[in-house]
Amino acid sequence: MSKREGNGSTRRRRTESAQRAEDPLGHTSQVVAAFRVFQQELDTKHDKYERLVKLSRDITIESKRTIFLLHRVTSVPNVEEVLNEADAKLDGVRQKIGQVAEELRGEDLHQFHKAFTSGVQEYVEAVSFHHFIRHRILISLEEINARLVFVKEEKLETKVTGEGSFPEACVLTFQVTPTDYLLGVADLTGELMRMCISSVGNGDMDTPFELSSFLRDIHDGFSYIGNMGPYEVSKKLHTLRQSLGKVEDACYMLRVRGSEIPKHMLADVLSSRTALLDHDEGVS
Amino acid sequence: MSVTEMFSYIQGFLSADQDVREDIRKVVQVLEQTAREILTVLQSVHQPTGFKDIPSKCLKARELFSTVQSQIGELKTKFPVEQYYRFHEHWRFVLQRLTFLAAFVVYLESESLVTREEVAKILGTEVDREKGFHLDIEDYLAGILIMASELSRLAVNSVTAGDYGRPLRISNFINELDSGFRLLNLKNDPLRKRYDGLKYDVKKIEEVVYDLSIRGLAKEPEAGGDK
Repeated sequence: MSKREGNGSTRRRRTESAQRAEDPLGHTSQVVAAFRVFQQELDTKHDKYERLVKLSRDITIESKRTIFLLHRVTSVPNVEEVLNEADAKLDGVRQKIGQVAEELRGEDLHQFHKAFTSGVQEYVEAVSFHHFIRHRILISLEEINARLVFVKEEKLETKVTGEGSFPEACVLTFQVTPTDYLLGVADLTGELMRMCISSVGNGDMDTPFELSSFLRDIHDGFSYIGNMGPYEVSKKLHTLRQSLGKVEDACYMLRVRGSEIPKHMLADVLSSRTALLDHDEGVS
Repeated sequence: MSVTEMFSYIQGFLSADQDVREDIRKVVQVLEQTAREILTVLQSVHQPTGFKDIPSKCLKARELFSTVQSQIGELKTKFPVEQYYRFHEHWRFVLQRLTFLAAFVVYLESESLVTREEVAKILGTEVDREKGFHLDIEDYLAGILIMASELSRLAVNSVTAGDYGRPLRISNFINELDSGFRLLNLKNDPLRKRYDGLKYDVKKIEEVVYDLSIRGLAKEPEAGGDK
């Protein structure tokens, strides 16, 4: 009888492996103990990742809104006002990036890079668009990074260590990687194309030509890099070609027929040609 | 800064990046070769003749691991230490293989699960990220999972070789591993996919144990007494 019971218990132990961890016989093995540590480590990592994804989403949304706002410059008399408003919005985005930098403090930037790369690219797009409208030149990577320096008053740290003797203001920086910059600039060209078409509609005859030469410069730059960059770059190069083609077409039409067709009709002609691609972009 | 200048700066960055990757790839190739050699040494335990001299096989594998240590030492010099994750993909696979091999050796020697610290010692890496070239936890776990499927194979082959005790011990060990992995909250990533394969290894070993016990071949005292 006692033998039979003993047999039953061993069998249970073998088959219901899941319950081994809370085995009533006090069988908490080393393996399980080790995995508890792993569980914690993985959970901490995943939590951080999720927080970064959320921040990245917020950065993306706010940057997109800024870009929409900036598109209004073609139809608004007071350009400076719009630019200032966009700058205020971008400050908000920068604060979010500051939070990202804080999450990444003491971490390897590249370990979590996938979590926030899309947000950073969108920010690059917005900030370079803003810069272009104001200065008509391409913002450099250093200029972007220079604005991503954050000064944080350290309160938590001093509380934890218990030595509040030096209320040190710590400086956090966020570095946009050249690849993210490159992809952001590639996205910028799409916005420039849109701006070109809408400025035609507003009877602005200079901006399209300015834009086309700028876009050509960027296009040349991308051709110079060619397939050296990451895979995404070559994909965007195709879209960039299309945007450039459209802008060049627009300039061509302005030159040839600008004097013949009334301006509001010109806009119609151009927008009907771009409707198809705009739709594609909206989906992606 | 003009557009051209900006792009030539980025081009410079990209080509430097490519050079680093090229260097890493070369070292990793050598490392993969060593890993294959170790695997060949250890594969012979599946042969009926190999069961007798497992300790000598392990010794030989351990010798090869010192080559691995020097090769990983070389890999460390190829890139700045704080950019580990930037190039992680290049050595991720081989590091998982090496973890598996180290874990397999340790299992064959002592029938216990290798700790991360032990793997780090065998491979010549650091334990913590802060201290330099380390073994990522997910890579460690992936290596352990590779070992689990190797052990299920070993259980089958040890029966063929007439060693009926081993499958039972492997079964206990794998069950323990399984309950360990169940504690983890895995995301939908490659590790999770690999973990999904663990249940087949568990099943396989349980079948082997079942076959042995219904034939009275399992050397467990209670199993014989009940009949």
